[in-house]
Amino acid sequence: MKVSHAAVTSLFLLLFFASSAMAVVEEYTPPPMTEGMFPCSNCHASMEVNRKKRELKEEHTNIKLLHAESMRWCLDCHEAKNRDKLRLYNGDLINFTESYRLCGECHGPVYKDWKAGIHGKRVGYFAGPGKRIYYLCANCHNPHDPKFKPLKPEPPPYRPGKNHDAKSK
Amino acid sequence: MQNQNNKRYSRREFLRNLSLTALAGFSLSILSSCSKEEAEDFLQKHFREMTPEEKKHVIAKLEERYYRKYGKKFEISTKEALPNTLWGYGLELSRCIGCRRCVYACVKENNNSRYKPQLQWIRVLRLKRGNLINLENSEHYYDPPQVPEKGFIYLPVQCQHCEDPPCVKVCPVHATWKEPDGLVVVDYNWCIGCRYCMAACPYKGRVFNWAEPNIPTEELNTSVHYLGNRPRMKCAVDKCTFCIQRVRNGRYPACVEACPTGTRKFGNLLDPNSEIRYIIDRKRVFRLKEDLNTEPKFYYFFEA
Repeated sequence: MKVSHAAVTSLFLLLFFASSAMAVVEEYTPPPMTEGMFPCSNCHASMEVNRKKRELKEEHTNIKLLHAESMRWCLDCHEAKNRDKLRLYNGDLINFTESYRLCGECHGPVYKDWKAGIHGKRVGYFAGPGKRIYYLCANCHNPHDPKFKPLKPEPPPYRPGKNHDAKSK
Repeated sequence: MQNQNNKRYSRREFLRNLSLTALAGFSLSILSSCSKEEAEDFLQKHFREMTPEEKKHVIAKLEERYYRKYGKKFEISTKEALPNTLWGYGLELSRCIGCRRCVYACVKENNNSRYKPQLQWIRVLRLKRGNLINLENSEHYYDPPQVPEKGFIYLPVQCQHCEDPPCVKVCPVHATWKEPDGLVVVDYNWCIGCRYCMAACPYKGRVFNWAEPNIPTEELNTSVHYLGNRPRMKCAVDKCTFCIQRVRNGRYPACVEACPTGTRKFGNLLDPNSEIRYIIDRKRVFRLKEDLNTEPKFYYFFEA
């Protein structure tokens, strides 16, 4: 009798702790990296740092900077000595997975909204134990050219009478 | 006066009893001439009056029927409203580009008929910029090569889940009602197809299955709710349920997940930390046709 009582109590305690330890999973989508590019240090580690603003002719020719380009250059955001990191104003180095901190340095109000889930996109679960998935800024905006590109719309609904009514052929 | 009332009631009662007797005799003869399944369908209770056992029985029957029809195993939920929830929706007009991704994600999630009849729960209206009030001049058949177009804004409209829904008031058989969490739902089995609700809705939020729905078998969504996205039948009215099968499990509606610009927001209006409350507290919000006092729980808002 006593043994079973102890077993029930311990089971109850176990359940209690398990449920309290089950934290809500918040997850960011992985940053969009060009296939085969990362880690950047594969190439850059052995290269000399050239801080001069110039047109890149050999590598990264697909990147056209259209993001305050007159006052910005690669090394304003990418760390010169460790290309696998991004650099904040204060010199802190962050991973590409945390890029929103860098975006937030200029785009304060949007960053505030993004943190609250208003700007940007969230998918998955918003309540309960399910996984919450948050999109990074760079998942929707190309950081080098952040303006949203026009899309082809999905087809409009059928007009009445045309392949719409049950009777129409 | 008392006497008169008594007299009137007794006369009414007499008439009612008379008609009931007649109906009973009539329906007996009908029921004896149809199959057991049809008779059972005919006698199926209103969803809200079913006991848990009766619900289980009906679900088993429907699952078996869907398996026979579509060859797929359905899971029909009857999950009830969560306590302390009132679902609300937010849509940012300054960000919608009118791409209709939401429309097709909704159709797919909710097992809508794809053609003959084509039923869509979301209608994206295109309006001239600066002309938001003039819904009469809106266009929903727009088809440019690319969106957004210069000089236009886009206003997606779906069921607004009114707090005081006119569609519910007019239903002669109570086949549609407002759930405790604010979702306006339809019991498709109870619906008689009179379409009064469609006429009453100021938002054109409801559609009608004029024929047996056409759903490609490979695109069927088998995770369904009895009051939501289970495959409908001919002569049933259906409408957006804010994806009842998802939101009651804490998951975003399909249109929210499909939007490429993050225009659509969703949350619990009673939770002060929810996304929808953040919007109402800090953004400029409005609701469609507020003057009708339908009290929609669908908030349009602007940046700033």
